Amino acid sequence: MTKRASRSRSALATAVALQLAFGGSTPAVNASPGVPSDDAAVIHVLSRLTFGVKPGDVDRVRQAGLGAWVDAQLGPATSEDKALAGRLAGIETLSMSTAELREKYEIPPNVRQAIQRVRAEREAGMEKAKAKKEPGATDDAGATNDDDSPMARRAEREEMMKRFPEMARIEGRPQQVIFDLQAAKVLRAVYAERQLEELMVDFWFNHFNVFARKGPIEYMVGEYERTIRANALGKFEDLLVATAKSPAMLFYLDNWQSTDPNFDPRALRAQQGGRNRRPGAGERGPAPRRPGRPGETMEPAGMGRPAEADTAMTSPQPPRRTFGINENYARELMELHTLGVDGGYTQADVVEVAKAFTGWTILGEGPGGPRQNKESRFSFEEARHVKGDKKVLGVTVKNGGEKEGLEILRRLAAHPKTAAFVAGKLVRRFVADAPPASLVQRAAATFEKTGGDIRETLRVVVTSEEFLGTSFRAAKVKTPLEFVVSSLRATSAEVRNARDLSTRISDMGMPLYLQQPPTGYKDSAEEWISTSALLERMNFALDLSAGRVRGVRLDVSKLGGSTATLELVAAQLLPGGLSEKSKKTLEDEVSKPGGEPTRVVGLVLGSPEFQRR
Amino acid sequence: MSLNSSRRVFLKSSALAGLVFGAAPRSLMRSVYASGTGTRRKTMVVIFKRGACDGLNTVIPYADPGYAKGRPSIAIPAPGGGRQGAALDLDGHFGLHPALDELLPLYKQGQLGIVHAVGSPDLTRSHFDAQDFMESGTPGIKSTADGWMNRCSGSLGTTDSKFRAVALTKTLPQILRGSSKAVALARLDDFQVHEDIEMSEGRGMALGRRGRRRRELEGPVAETSPSPKGTPSESSSAFERLYADAANDLLGNAGRETFEAIEALQAADPTKYAPRTGVTYPRGRLGDSMKQMAQLIKADLGVELAFVDVGGWDHHTAEGSSTGQLANLLRQLGGSMAAFHRDLGDSMNDVVVMTMTEFGRTVRENGNRGTDHGHGGVSFVLGGPVKGGRVYGRFPKLSEENLFEGRDLPVTTDFRDLTAEVLARHMGLADLKSVFPNYEIKPSSFPGILKS
Repeated sequence: MTKRASRSRSALATAVALQLAFGGSTPAVNASPGVPSDDAAVIHVLSRLTFGVKPGDVDRVRQAGLGAWVDAQLGPATSEDKALAGRLAGIETLSMSTAELREKYEIPPNVRQAIQRVRAEREAGMEKAKAKKEPGATDDAGATNDDDSPMARRAEREEMMKRFPEMARIEGRPQQVIFDLQAAKVLRAVYAERQLEELMVDFWFNHFNVFARKGPIEYMVGEYERTIRANALGKFEDLLVATAKSPAMLFYLDNWQSTDPNFDPRALRAQQGGRNRRPGAGERGPAPRRPGRPGETMEPAGMGRPAEADTAMTSPQPPRRTFGINENYARELMELHTLGVDGGYTQADVVEVAKAFTGWTILGEGPGGPRQNKESRFSFEEARHVKGDKKVLGVTVKNGGEKEGLEILRRLAAHPKTAAFVAGKLVRRFVADAPPASLVQRAAATFEKTGGDIRETLRVVVTSEEFLGTSFRAAKVKTPLEFVVSSLRATSAEVRNARDLSTRISDMGMPLYLQQPPTGYKDSAEEWISTSALLERMNFALDLSAGRVRGVRLDVSKLGGSTATLELVAAQLLPGGLSEKSKKTLEDEVSKPGGEPTRVVGLVLGSPEFQRR
Repeated sequence: MSLNSSRRVFLKSSALAGLVFGAAPRSLMRSVYASGTGTRRKTMVVIFKRGACDGLNTVIPYADPGYAKGRPSIAIPAPGGGRQGAALDLDGHFGLHPALDELLPLYKQGQLGIVHAVGSPDLTRSHFDAQDFMESGTPGIKSTADGWMNRCSGSLGTTDSKFRAVALTKTLPQILRGSSKAVALARLDDFQVHEDIEMSEGRGMALGRRGRRRRELEGPVAETSPSPKGTPSESSSAFERLYADAANDLLGNAGRETFEAIEALQAADPTKYAPRTGVTYPRGRLGDSMKQMAQLIKADLGVELAFVDVGGWDHHTAEGSSTGQLANLLRQLGGSMAAFHRDLGDSMNDVVVMTMTEFGRTVRENGNRGTDHGHGGVSFVLGGPVKGGRVYGRFPKLSEENLFEGRDLPVTTDFRDLTAEVLARHMGLADLKSVFPNYEIKPSSFPGILKS
């Protein structure tokens, strides 16, 4: 640890006796100019390494000592977070595997197409409008283009049950899985003891972003995130390999379909031999022809087929088509996951890497691919793999099946550009939008030296002068998630149901798990600050304090009650302190008739100061 | 008139034309470019299709055998022959995707022009870089922090309007970021600080909010709130003060702009402008946004630069042909643009809508009945000032040797030339150097898509 940091640690220890604000009756932080604000340092660290300072947090950290607290957050879990587990226990889908989720929630594509058609007919009849969207395509948290009234849904479900008996096993609402994921994320952010771990899971999910509404990914996200959590503070290479093999990523960046153009499905069947699997992936190859009706043409799957044809259990068999290599994953692997866009790779490298990853697919593709087969596990299929040596970044990767991809991942993880790229993102997340170059270099050096140890790299960042010092205090603007969660933590809010919270976070521009491009959300203030987003934040602040956020209860009395001074309220919510001008404005508000803490709470939460961390 | 004199007249006017486009002084250039010298405000609307829209299946070069040959499963059938899902013929060579049927009459009426093989000179195949470049207006240069629409705003002179530059999005896109004010507006009917009303079941909050606001507008509020909570205007003005005093940074400035915009919006009340009778916008975000954009324009709020985006065009797999993913998106696009056009009626004489996309897609389909990242794409340009009914630009024969890297439709019109024409001739912008730095704007490079 630097001299400066250790000095502030001891200063903090002595400042214990002078403690203020939280829960006590002494005035707010910064009340006495001249007193070293090591308290401020603790608060600053907490606001960066948690989702928001809670009342009582400073006491806890004081007891543990700041350094020890940081160590504990960085270190592996020492006990189960029972309270958090309790809060998540009621959300059934969280503990289900991909296969279970698909079994219970996923509507088969042929049924989905039929639903689409029925809706389109209904719309055409009703509005004479030709507009038709795929169910669940794009858009925000939960908001699809579907008619969502309970009556319409019931009628639709009944009709579908008649036509498709397999619908009987679908128990849940189609939106439920994503709703639950979003709710769990909010609950974890608010209530987890291991805050830094939650921040890192959020960081890595964004880094290895997937879009939950593409295909069956929503059912794969749960397992995907568990994988990320298991590796969030471990070795980067492990995390990289885990994401590369995850069905969510394989599907999101299309690698599950990436195949040697010379692929012969019969070879695959031979390889699968006695494993009683349906012949050939549905999207490929000469499928056995169904006896066609006179006049019926064999259209590719997914095109508007006559309704009668949909009585088949599986997707209609497509005609023979060619196979091909899909570059999507190879490109994003290098551009977004490892080297960065200036990483020095070429189009030729993209093609070679793509070849190496052919065959990395999702287990048990039945006709129609993973949409039909529920297992959705990683599988390397030799028959789909392009044979031969590959030349990547000037190095020959010898012909070796699955090993080629693993070797490439190892090389990429160990590449200096990757160290710089990852370090830059970490420093940006934890220090400032314009990451101080020397800190990035030091962090990158540690990343390389430790073989990509995330924990140790993070330690360099959070014990640095840049991080602990005053140069970058309140430098970061909170993302919508951070803003909402920090409001809940600051007010000790009780979250019964996180649905409304997820919607509001989405309205502020951050639909959880629903960022479409692989870049994830950009980590910069410009991304989040706009007139529309600010208005959402102010309104949320007022709504929260007035009890208008559904599913959330606020005990305002915890904030000092009606006799509380403004300073006390502000100190509890905004440990960093308000500016003098803001204090004056709020004092005026408080002194008005009806200026209760409730409203003042709302104003402080919506203030410019509270938008920062 | 004798042949001689008519020829002389012709020569005389073309010589004049040469003079004007040559060394004319700035002021003359400006008035020549602006269509109409009236004081009616001009508006430019940009619709950005994020994800790289497949131009070749949007405006189909059906007469070129290279098209169908490269797309065995996703080609749109050529017009004629009673084929289901066939392209809608435009000019004997190109056809519109059948889902864009609502745009066909606009094309035929001369309100809609099309530019094909338009795009960015930068060769990146990264969505995010390409979008950044197209929004910043400086292809190849990553360090540009602002966007060309924001720079336009700066060049358009002074205005009292708070809504000169507006995006119907939740967050401000790069294209509108910069030193000039720009408003991001997610919903017109909810752009204000909430009032303190009791929350009733279900949608009560929204109703209550609107109801209360209406009462306020009609006159002094007779009833006082029984609760000890503050009145709406108090919370709003308290916030206004907090942000008024905030630092002169991104946050403080955005806060101040917010309250200016709220006031302007409440005064003009654009939501009272229902769409014209018979006009139905397609369901979905794009239709919704275009409807609100029309309201903003009708409310005479001084909108000059407007933006909306629509995602989902990245069809690497199962793109579909006459029906399917692309078709669904195109239907929304065509329906929204057509409804907007009809809704604004005569006001469309002062409006130009231009679509953009970061690049097109490969000429040949890939192994997954989709297409990969390409280069040249399609832009639609719609409005009164448009010389429609034509496909502009240079479209090469789709043979191997003509394709970029043997796979992509090349870019034969730089998007900056198309955009510059709209900015110069429609918006009357003289200073395009600051809008597109490092690029020489030459009128001779304009596609010629606007009436001069």
